[in-house]
Amino acid sequence: MKHEQTLEILDILENNAKTTAQEIASMLDLRVEDVQAEIERLEKEKVIVKYTALINRQDVAEAEFSEAMIEVKITPQRDYGYDDLARRIYKYDEVRSVYLMAGAYDLCVRVQSRSMKEISKFVFEKLAVIDGVTSTVTLFIMRKYKQAGVVLVEEERDERLVITP
Amino acid sequence: MQLSKKALAISPSLTLKITAVAKEMKAKGLDVAGFGAGEPDFDTPQNIKDAAKKALDMGMTKYTPASGTNELKQAVCDSLKRKQGLIYEPKQIVISNGAKHSLYNIFQAILNPGDEVIIVAPYWLTYPELVKMADGVPVFVESYEENGFEPTEEAIRAAVSEKTKAIIVNNPSNPCGCVYSQKTLEMIAHIANDVGFYIVSDEIYDELIYDGHKHYSIAHVDENTYGRTILVNGLSKTYSMTGWRIGYTACRADIARVMGSFQSHATSNPSTMAQYAGIEALTGPQGELEKMRKEFDHRRKTIVKMINEIDGLSCVEPKGAFYVMMNISKLKGKQIGGRTIETSLDFAEELLDKKLTAVVPGAAFGADDYERLSYAISMETIEKGMHRIAEFVQMLK
Amino acid sequence: MNTERFISRRVAQVPPSGIRKFFDIASEMKDAISLGVGEPDFVTPWNIRESAIFSMERGHTHYTSNHGQLSLRKLVSLYLETRFGTRYSPESEMVITVGASEALDLAFRAIMEPGDEVLVPAPSYVSYMPGVTFAGGTPVAIETKEEDDFIMTEQGIAAAITPKTKAIVIPYPNNPTGAIMTKEQLAGIVDIIVKNDLLVISDEIYAELTYGGKQHVSIASFPEIYPRCVVINGFSKAFAMTGFRLGYAAGPRPVIDAMVKIHQYSMLCASVMSQYAGEEALKHEMETGFAQVEKMVKSYDQRRRFMLDALGGIGLGAFEPRGAFYIFPNISGTGLSSEEFCFRLIEEKKVACVPGTAFGEAGEGFMRCSYASSMENLKEAVKRIGEFVDSL
Repeated sequence: MKHEQTLEILDILENNAKTTAQEIASMLDLRVEDVQAEIERLEKEKVIVKYTALINRQDVAEAEFSEAMIEVKITPQRDYGYDDLARRIYKYDEVRSVYLMAGAYDLCVRVQSRSMKEISKFVFEKLAVIDGVTSTVTLFIMRKYKQAGVVLVEEERDERLVITP
Repeated sequence: MQLSKKALAISPSLTLKITAVAKEMKAKGLDVAGFGAGEPDFDTPQNIKDAAKKALDMGMTKYTPASGTNELKQAVCDSLKRKQGLIYEPKQIVISNGAKHSLYNIFQAILNPGDEVIIVAPYWLTYPELVKMADGVPVFVESYEENGFEPTEEAIRAAVSEKTKAIIVNNPSNPCGCVYSQKTLEMIAHIANDVGFYIVSDEIYDELIYDGHKHYSIAHVDENTYGRTILVNGLSKTYSMTGWRIGYTACRADIARVMGSFQSHATSNPSTMAQYAGIEALTGPQGELEKMRKEFDHRRKTIVKMINEIDGLSCVEPKGAFYVMMNISKLKGKQIGGRTIETSLDFAEELLDKKLTAVVPGAAFGADDYERLSYAISMETIEKGMHRIAEFVQMLK
Repeated sequence: MNTERFISRRVAQVPPSGIRKFFDIASEMKDAISLGVGEPDFVTPWNIRESAIFSMERGHTHYTSNHGQLSLRKLVSLYLETRFGTRYSPESEMVITVGASEALDLAFRAIMEPGDEVLVPAPSYVSYMPGVTFAGGTPVAIETKEEDDFIMTEQGIAAAITPKTKAIVIPYPNNPTGAIMTKEQLAGIVDIIVKNDLLVISDEIYAELTYGGKQHVSIASFPEIYPRCVVINGFSKAFAMTGFRLGYAAGPRPVIDAMVKIHQYSMLCASVMSQYAGEEALKHEMETGFAQVEKMVKSYDQRRRFMLDALGGIGLGAFEPRGAFYIFPNISGTGLSSEEFCFRLIEEKKVACVPGTAFGEAGEGFMRCSYASSMENLKEAVKRIGEFVDSL
């Protein structure tokens, strides 16, 4: 399979993980078996890591839910650089993502929990006390406008007429 | 390869010629005082712009029905009812890309080769050209300054023939700024009903009427007249929306359907966000309009006073729109720099050349004794320009 | 009052009424899945919309030059040259119009004398024939056939030419068939056009939407054709800007001059913020190597292939479209006429497709499906069409 076809498969799945191999085969003019094999390979090699749903939590009625971005400054450690500290942080369940940043701070940690209080607790009790963490700034997410390329707050209406010439 | 004779025969617009030269001079850095403006110098009111922004935000960037959205048509109906008590339904409305486009649709929809359309002179130069484009024949009826540029019954009757298909009533009028009396409108309606032809009523300046006068649409005269009137209006002048291109017609549903069908093939719908802006313009707060009218009124009085103070020039006070017709007949035959002023074009050319002041020659409107001055320009420009015109007149020998 | 007699004969004779009825019924069916849409499903890219907003904020709400803003014409000129290798002077060989449809209307009016004939391929876009008629000419249909890939051929043109033939409309990529004409295929009709001294009106509104590695070739890029060709194009399809109503024509100066003469009285200018938006569209795409356009094209292409396969799967074979965003399956095997098929399809299964006959009699036996719709819609629509075909 050509590299660009692989990329197209990934694009299609990233956009809608429920697209079937049969449909992808049609869309890209490939054989179903080839598409299936390629997807299996991508799964096995952890290029496709997981199939998830994009959920707009704010619209879930009883949602007790809070999320924060934490800017973490750390002192890199001899022999391990940032990786070891990053590992110590990303192992926590509450932590949804960890990125190493260039700029004013080192790690960008996204944390998700049931309440602001729980998150604060996590920062004070777990994160800030790790050796090598020199400072944290916790930024609570108030509202999500757009996530993973999808606008959550408003729907652009499709107002096309039923028939146009 | 032979081009269409009809297309070749279309007159190049004299207005545009002078405007183009003035523009060139301006581009060269010359301080030209321009009286040519055919559009308000005000910006579109903020609430209208906001409505367009919102439409863009929401992704309203698709086609609409070719004759316009139902919401805008409804807003037009509501506004005609509110302003003039005229009752229309959305199916009687066609939204177009500006009032010019509406007029184009009308003549394309109603004229057969050889059909005559009566036009009162001085006229807006677009009328005869649009009639000719539709294979019609413009028939002119003169009107005179002493009657406030209102046509007389005899003049119209004399112009009527069995080929008469329509009369254009431009009220308030460009270029004269006159507002027809109810009596004149009834007289025209009476003839139209009598003979049986359409009335194309161009009311684009209906909100720009001064001295407390109120606009009266000819469609009001009686039921019969309503049925044969194709009312033309738009948002350009009233809401300073010239660049948005929204005009409309209101008429019998069967005629509207034909125009809508013509438009669906020829151009399709006007710009979608401009239509959304149009709804806000017609249904939102109308305060800006009053402000604009006051400002125009102020300028109108100034310009009329200044013209009449110059020896050799005169004008009647216009009652509507934002133009004034400056009578130059007393200056004809005079000379400047070896050139005799014989026509309104001579006057305009020399004025632009000698005094960097641009006016539109009346010849463009079939009125060679006049220059048209627009007061949709700043007060400073009016004062500066009028001083220059005064100096120019003194130079004439 | 009998208003019939008031209506211009030319206008009264169009449009054909049958199809009107279908449009009216379909437009009432708000809950139908529509494959009837002749415009992109993408919302106009944000940078383009934002530039329209910006221009408003800056107070650009007034008339522009009749020709359209020079800055926009310069960009169009650059675009046409880089994309299709054709050169036009932005000052004198170009006019910005209210959509490509106005450009077409102007072109017909600029050249037509009563009785002049204009060759129009069929099936093709619904407004060519009425446009010719409105301008006082006589449209002459040239039937293009499925077995010829719906292209125009020298023989087809030769058979239709008379001494009165003045112009020919060349609309590729084609609505409704999705056919394109390759360079070689275009070369095959150059001679007959030149020999008969025809003006070419080349409607290239779908030029950016071609698939399978086939780039659009403008017939104006043939030196023999260039001086006798008016190219019609616009922003609607390539940049998903239908509601902005922005198009243009480029061609020999005398024709453009004549078109502007009409345009100055009938339309004055295209909406000013649309013109600013158009500038942004071209500038941005030329700077980014047409990344946005290519992304859209890729997405259409996936759906095109899906539809080709899926319709084949339910027994409605279709000619493989290479351009635009339509597929034109042959439904004659069902024994129903195009109109019957589409009427019953929308009534029984709530799927709106356009009968081929809307695009001329030559479209009998076909229907137009637009795949400018989400994959979910397309899947569901094909499923229902399949059920409908099975029920026959």
